[in-house]
Amino acid sequence: MNSPRATVTTHGPLPDRPYDVAVVGAGVVGCAIARALAHRPKLRVALVEAQDDVGQGTSKANTAILHTGFDAVPGSLEARLVREGSRQLAAYAAESGIPVEEVGALLVAWDEEQLAALPRLAQKAERNAYRETRLLDPAELYEREPHLGPGALGALHVPGESVICPWTTTLAYATQAVRGGVDLHLNSPVQDASHDGSTHRLRTRRGTLRARHLVNAAGLHADTLDRRLGHHDFTVTPRRGQLIVYDRFARALVRHILLPVPTALGKGVLVAPTVHGNVLLGPTAEDLGDKRATNSTADGLATLREKGRRILPELVEEEITAVYAGLRAATEHDDYRITAHPAQAYITVGGIRSTGLTASLAIADHVTGLLAENGLDLGPVRQPPPVRMPDLGESAPRPCEQPQLVAADPEYGTLVCHCERVSRGEIRDALASTIPPRTLDGLRRRTRARAGRCQGYHCGAAVRALFEEARG
Amino acid sequence: MRNVDVLVVGGGPGGLAAAARLAAAGAGSVEVLEREQQAGGVPRYCAHGGFGTWSRSLTGPAYARLLTDAAVAAGAVVRTGVSALDWAGPLTLTTTGPGGPETITARAVVLATGAHERSRAARLVPGTRPAGVLTTGELQQSVHLYGQHIGSRAVIVGAQDVSYTAARTVRAAGADVVAMVTELPYPQTSPARAHDARLRGRVPLLTDTTVTELLGHGRLSGVRVRHRDGRTITLLCDTVIFTGDFVPDHELARRGGVDLDPGTRGPAVDGALRTSRPGVFAVGSVLHPVESAAMAVREGAHAAGRVMEWLTEGAWAWSAGVPVTAEPPLRWIAPGRVTPTDRLPYVLRTTTPLTRPVLEVAQDGRVLYRHRLRTAVPNRTVRLPAGWTGRVDPRGGAVRVRVTRR
Ligand SMILES: Cc1cc2nc3c(=O)[nH]c(=O)nc-3n(C[C@H](O)[C@H](O)[C@H](O)COP(=O)(O)OP(=O)(O)OC[C@H]3O[C@@H](n4cnc5c(N)ncnc54)[C@H](O)[C@@H]3O)c2cc1C
Ligand SMILES: Cc1cc2nc3c(=O)[nH]c(=O)nc-3n(C[C@H](O)[C@H](O)[C@H](O)COP(=O)(O)OP(=O)(O)OC[C@H]3O[C@@H](n4cnc5c(N)ncnc54)[C@H](O)[C@@H]3O)c2cc1C
Repeated sequence: MNSPRATVTTHGPLPDRPYDVAVVGAGVVGCAIARALAHRPKLRVALVEAQDDVGQGTSKANTAILHTGFDAVPGSLEARLVREGSRQLAAYAAESGIPVEEVGALLVAWDEEQLAALPRLAQKAERNAYRETRLLDPAELYEREPHLGPGALGALHVPGESVICPWTTTLAYATQAVRGGVDLHLNSPVQDASHDGSTHRLRTRRGTLRARHLVNAAGLHADTLDRRLGHHDFTVTPRRGQLIVYDRFARALVRHILLPVPTALGKGVLVAPTVHGNVLLGPTAEDLGDKRATNSTADGLATLREKGRRILPELVEEEITAVYAGLRAATEHDDYRITAHPAQAYITVGGIRSTGLTASLAIADHVTGLLAENGLDLGPVRQPPPVRMPDLGESAPRPCEQPQLVAADPEYGTLVCHCERVSRGEIRDALASTIPPRTLDGLRRRTRARAGRCQGYHCGAAVRALFEEARG
Repeated sequence: MRNVDVLVVGGGPGGLAAAARLAAAGAGSVEVLEREQQAGGVPRYCAHGGFGTWSRSLTGPAYARLLTDAAVAAGAVVRTGVSALDWAGPLTLTTTGPGGPETITARAVVLATGAHERSRAARLVPGTRPAGVLTTGELQQSVHLYGQHIGSRAVIVGAQDVSYTAARTVRAAGADVVAMVTELPYPQTSPARAHDARLRGRVPLLTDTTVTELLGHGRLSGVRVRHRDGRTITLLCDTVIFTGDFVPDHELARRGGVDLDPGTRGPAVDGALRTSRPGVFAVGSVLHPVESAAMAVREGAHAAGRVMEWLTEGAWAWSAGVPVTAEPPLRWIAPGRVTPTDRLPYVLRTTTPLTRPVLEVAQDGRVLYRHRLRTAVPNRTVRLPAGWTGRVDPRGGAVRVRVTRR
């Protein structure tokens, strides 16, 4: 049901006609902003992305938790946007088919010092307007998590913490934005930007794109773009987080998100179920100089396994399905850096470090407000057509298990990726969708094809054949 | 819900052989479920010869056809494009396919679901996540089933039989083999094969060498390797094939609560290829990743006899068996249980090379059997005959197999 206006470009010169707003960066934040602006039919909006797909930066490689914001810095912009964004995203997910599981979190105390910190964390949660936390004694804790390693002294239960599919979230926003009239320009890295008093000129290798208003949602590169426009407010220091994804058979070992008690040294390593039915172990926290260092390391993986063995000893006995690393856009500031520059009709959305997935919809509303303050006439509101995304969650029946669906279209009963039970029908749909994948990784994020325990041993070639056939 | 007499899950050599024998023996309705579009299992995508017997060696695809035709001719129903998903009762499976979900109840189930190679992630090889990182299974299918382009310079991780198959396939696809890399000090294949690859194929073999990192964004640009002596080099390549290191496809077995063998991670079976779940048997690579196709076929035929007994007598002698364990440096032994009437020979793996080892089989300190071998090499088959099983005390402790020099 692509609307006739849906525009996604990947090559060729960018359009000449100036846009009202250009959003640079199609991560979860940029896509959320573009989606918010798609509610304003008067506006011509461009979403400009360096890579060949949406959500290929930090937004594809995080811990996929929909936070309550219970442990944010009270009074910060981040605390407010996480709190609001979390509620908004939960509602949006329900209407759009984005898998979410409200599994709740347990902050597990492993020594007296951590145990003593739990009541303080409960108070902090209250200051963040989160009142549902509860202290658990060891008996209650082990009853909830029978596979937890020995020696835990207690826990703080945060029932609202949820897990979500990060890929579907970004893709849902982008799809709705594009169907609502936003032009998505992929393969368009903005190399330089200037403002001449009325128009921004964004120089890309596909030519110059002009816009009256500019939103910088370039994630790790937001500081670079900011400098091009003369601002030196912050520097992004990528903080790498490596994660291990365990086999589906590990899913039965854990019911909640098992969080460490935060210390001065950072948030520490967690164990969390994923909506796809795996278990995550991670992340590390390593400050680096290189914004491309999304590689895993032997040391990082060894550290994670050692910590995982303490938290959930049986976990490390299970097979590993995948390993990945994401880079948090950390800055020298202890809050988001969302700044309006009215004279330049420019907004910086920087330092969206470790909560941007959760806060995305609230960030988008906040930025929309700032655009209006910067003098943009938003015009009337019109709801863009709702989207319904394929549900990749483990709790939903797969298409191949739904008799009506397969009866109507046997392609949904023809499995290609066996580990994740992905049918030819789902792959076909993804390849024909509003924002089709340009790589096998993009196809995997949309369908889970090749995301399972065999990582393509059985299905890799067949999936590739379907992909190459569709791309011609 | 539909009823059949025997349901075979997996239409590879093991499953097809079992089905052919069962149908011929008059087991009643015998149905094979194969999730791929064609039956035959791994041989479907192994264009090389070496399947079947020495006297009658066939290419993989020819062997796959032969076994499929034999099963069908014997009266088995081979259904392709149908996956067994889960259990819905003691001998009831849920399935799906283009015809939609279905529930099938059988009087006996044979699991013949095969194995896969561990991926790069499962082997914990660090680095970036570029394209061009494959296992042999994917490589074989890419080249032999789909004629896909696989890159131009490949590094092969491993130096066992399947690694040499991968090297051959890489070259058949028009790419160069930059090197084969093994952590061990020697190749784990026949001397003739290693020699041939080195001389005729001009494939450099890096022994005592570990892959420490994958490099490149978008497409693989190289792999970093470290020699035991600490030297590190980068091999420039756009493709890397991770070979060997098979794990059983035990999903159905595990979902069914079938006991797993701690050594192989496949379902634990005794010499009748019975699992811990009454009426459920297992054969082939799911038991011992990975042996020859001929062995899977022998097991399929053997299991067929035991299935017939189960169908007529209905007795499940699982508890009459005791575990068989392999002690280090032995890695595993299959079958991993024994009853006194078992006749099926055993296969083992060792973690270190052994010269003229003596395998000693003992129970509760009582030596049951000693067997001398010429050599044993990691990643290659070690065999142990089954003549000693009659001396096992079914009420005794575990039977231990260890290496002695005497
Ligand atoms: C290990 C880890 C765990 C995390 N866990 C969570 C969690 O559990 N819950 C949560 O809510 N958040 C979590 N986060 C944070 C969350 O992932 C980020 O806050 C969020 O993804 C940031 O989105 P973004 O759109 O700002 O950045 P990105 O996703 O990085 O998007 C920026 C985009 O801009 C593009 N771009 C950059 N420069 C240019 C240019 N010059 N021209 C054009 N395009 C450009 C990039 O290609 C990229 O696509 C985690 C992060 C990490 C690293
Ligand atoms: C690259 C390679 C080269 C080889 N070369 C040789 C050689 O030259 N000579 C030789 O003798 N042996 C060779 N082998 C070994 C040989 O292929 C195996 O021994 C043999 O295939 C084992 O047969 P099997 O039936 O146990 O398993 P497989 O052949 O793996 O078959 C298992 C089948 O079960 C199906 N299946 C799995 N789960 C389900 C489910 N839930 N529902 C429905 N169907 C399912 C799979 O799709 C598959 O078709 C090679 C193996 C490899 C990987």
